[in-house]
Amino acid sequence: MSTENAKSGSLFTPWNIVAGLILAAGIVVTIMRFTMGLGSVTNLTDNNPWGIWIGFDLLCGVALAAGGYTTSAACYIFGFKRFHGAVRPAILTAFLGYAMVVFALNYDVGRPWRLVYPIFYQQGTTSILFEVGLCVFIYLTVLFLEYLPAALEWKRGFDKYRGILVKMTMGLTILGVILSTLHQSSLGALYLIAPSKLHPLWYTAYLPVMFFMSSMFAGLSMVIFEGTISHKHFHHKMDAEYNGGYEDLQLAFAKAAAWIMAGYLAMKIFGLSMDNRWQYLGTGYGVWWLVEVFGFVAMPCYCYAVAYRDRNLKLARIAAPWTVLGIVLNRFNISLVAFNWQLPSVDRYFPSFGEIVISLFVVTIGVLIFRFIVTRMPIFYVHPAYKDSSH
Amino acid sequence: MKRRHFLGLLGAAGVTLGSGAVATAASSADIKGLPNAGGVLFDATRCIGCRKCESACNQVNSLPAPAKPFDDLTVLDTKRRTDAKTYTIVNKYVPQASKPPVFRKIQCNHCIDPACASACFVAAFKKMETGAVVYDESVCVGCRYCMVACPFNIPAYEYDKAFTPRVMKCTLCHPRILEGKLPGCVEACPKEALTYGKRRELLNLAWDRIGANPGLYVEHVYGEREMGGTSWLTIAPKPSLAALDMNEGLGTASAPELTSGALAAVPAVAGIWPVLLTGLYAITKRKDKIAETEKQQAVAAAIAKASADAQAKLSEELAKAEVANKRRIEVEVQKALEAAATAAAAEGEDS
Amino acid sequence: MFNTLQDLMLHNKSITYVLMGVVLICFVGFWHFLTDKEERKRRY
Repeated sequence: MSTENAKSGSLFTPWNIVAGLILAAGIVVTIMRFTMGLGSVTNLTDNNPWGIWIGFDLLCGVALAAGGYTTSAACYIFGFKRFHGAVRPAILTAFLGYAMVVFALNYDVGRPWRLVYPIFYQQGTTSILFEVGLCVFIYLTVLFLEYLPAALEWKRGFDKYRGILVKMTMGLTILGVILSTLHQSSLGALYLIAPSKLHPLWYTAYLPVMFFMSSMFAGLSMVIFEGTISHKHFHHKMDAEYNGGYEDLQLAFAKAAAWIMAGYLAMKIFGLSMDNRWQYLGTGYGVWWLVEVFGFVAMPCYCYAVAYRDRNLKLARIAAPWTVLGIVLNRFNISLVAFNWQLPSVDRYFPSFGEIVISLFVVTIGVLIFRFIVTRMPIFYVHPAYKDSSH
Repeated sequence: MKRRHFLGLLGAAGVTLGSGAVATAASSADIKGLPNAGGVLFDATRCIGCRKCESACNQVNSLPAPAKPFDDLTVLDTKRRTDAKTYTIVNKYVPQASKPPVFRKIQCNHCIDPACASACFVAAFKKMETGAVVYDESVCVGCRYCMVACPFNIPAYEYDKAFTPRVMKCTLCHPRILEGKLPGCVEACPKEALTYGKRRELLNLAWDRIGANPGLYVEHVYGEREMGGTSWLTIAPKPSLAALDMNEGLGTASAPELTSGALAAVPAVAGIWPVLLTGLYAITKRKDKIAETEKQQAVAAAIAKASADAQAKLSEELAKAEVANKRRIEVEVQKALEAAATAAAAEGEDS
Repeated sequence: MFNTLQDLMLHNKSITYVLMGVVLICFVGFWHFLTDKEERKRRY
């Protein structure tokens, strides 16, 4: 996806070939999934009803798409106007992230054509999953409305609608933060109903708080990470406003992430002490818990702090993917590794080839749409006709 | 009026956030419970592992025929769980090597406050007045959260169906109970290991048996309190329930109680967040405005100061210039006088 | 009266969700009511 290749028009770059293979494999698995059922392509069992399509596509997808609400809140609510250039890329990433989450859910649920039932047909309001579904549904709409001005600037002639949307910015941003708070935390709360299945080191009443806090630094880290990658590949699309604030933004986000991660670490420790779970630290699961918490939270947190103190951008750009990896590890631990921990190893779950293919397929589609949009619409730059706009 | 209305709601949300559990306890006055609900008592000391209950269940629920027939007792040698084609199974355990094996029948326990019902986002599960927890496939999306939630690992899914996959589990033969018949398994049991009746009477019966044979039974009616209590009750021989793979660590909190705190936080966020965030926004905006005003004032002051300084400098320069001018004139006059004097002297010498 | 805690919660939460939507919309209206005069002053 390097820019030189895009310019010379060659389709057969290594990246494109890999993407093409993933798409081809994905289509085959898709056909199998929808003609022969879940059992034909997944390793899901009656004991393990949720695999990586929930653990990765839903839990990680939603957490890593948190950059949308964190960036727009920083810019519009907390008054960091100098980060304005970063809002559009973050909103677009979040919108595509959520769109891909919903797309992937169509594979996971048994009867995807009924996905709207919980909202429009029969509401199971006692379910945490209802709350997640409702919030994701509304938030996807909010993100679409927040993204829409970019598309309307691209296809000129919709200034009236664009104006209305720009006026709604504040309201949409606040609504976005409310919805994100709710569903990010609810993803953790999903597991509150199964204390007998989730390992005691991970099961705590603070699960919702932990999921919310970790979504914040996941979002910040994704903005840093994604910004670094975009800079490599879409530099020619970026204007002075975006580039001017870019390094400042990365350092400011590194600072914020370090600080929030400190709070998250505190909650991890309080979780143990509130339920007196210390004795589990000596077991194998305890070692794994320490790897997650110290290797993938405390250490990147320290790196972020040093990066901010020394204005060391390189270090911040290392800490960002490290933190993202830590989030993925945490979500995998809760949904797969520490879940059903008491079952004998033959009854435990490991993803099938088909499940991995679909997860890669979904990510690839997301990246391709992202590339399509940023090379055409005013995402990394302000459209010349709207230079004076505050949106 | 409008303001008071939502301030009240906001306050209520705050209180709920602080005391989710208390709110639940307070509202239990509104719950009459199901005092006449039916249930089944399973007595593991009477079960001989004949699999007649499995066979009857398969028949009355019109489930597909199993790979091995029901009279093949070698099936018992492997541990099984309920699946999409089997609502109930019997497992064999050998708690003490010297003593004969113990059998346990496994099926949906029909919780009083079912985890599956609490977890279902389309409310497909319902606890009926008969005591049965029934499933409505016509609304099921197939998210399988019920299977994640069930502490007994009972619901199973038809993973092999592409278009009409269902969650499968025991119905306590709810349709048969409504017809006045016994559940299929209870009717088929040759040893009266299964007893159908009202749950509260079954509890008395269970404790009576335990009391009458203190050496035989574990002093625990499984399901009396587990996960808030279940309609299906189990009593088992010593040494322990754990030897029959029964999880004694489930606790007494029902599924709705486990999630009520998190659910109570939802309206609290909807009530508090807009106030807080809009407030923050207003504060930021006001700070910006003050900063802007201060900047403008500072600029104006600086301009005023600069022009005053310039004015002062100008007059100073003018004064200086005047002095210099005077001096220059004086010097010039001096020079002229000196020149005139010299000229006069030279003229005197010449003449 | 409800048979089970589950039934009671289903009833209570359903009403609360509807109220949440109403309240969020009311917030927007009330914020405008609260601030529209200051906006007007600033504009003119």
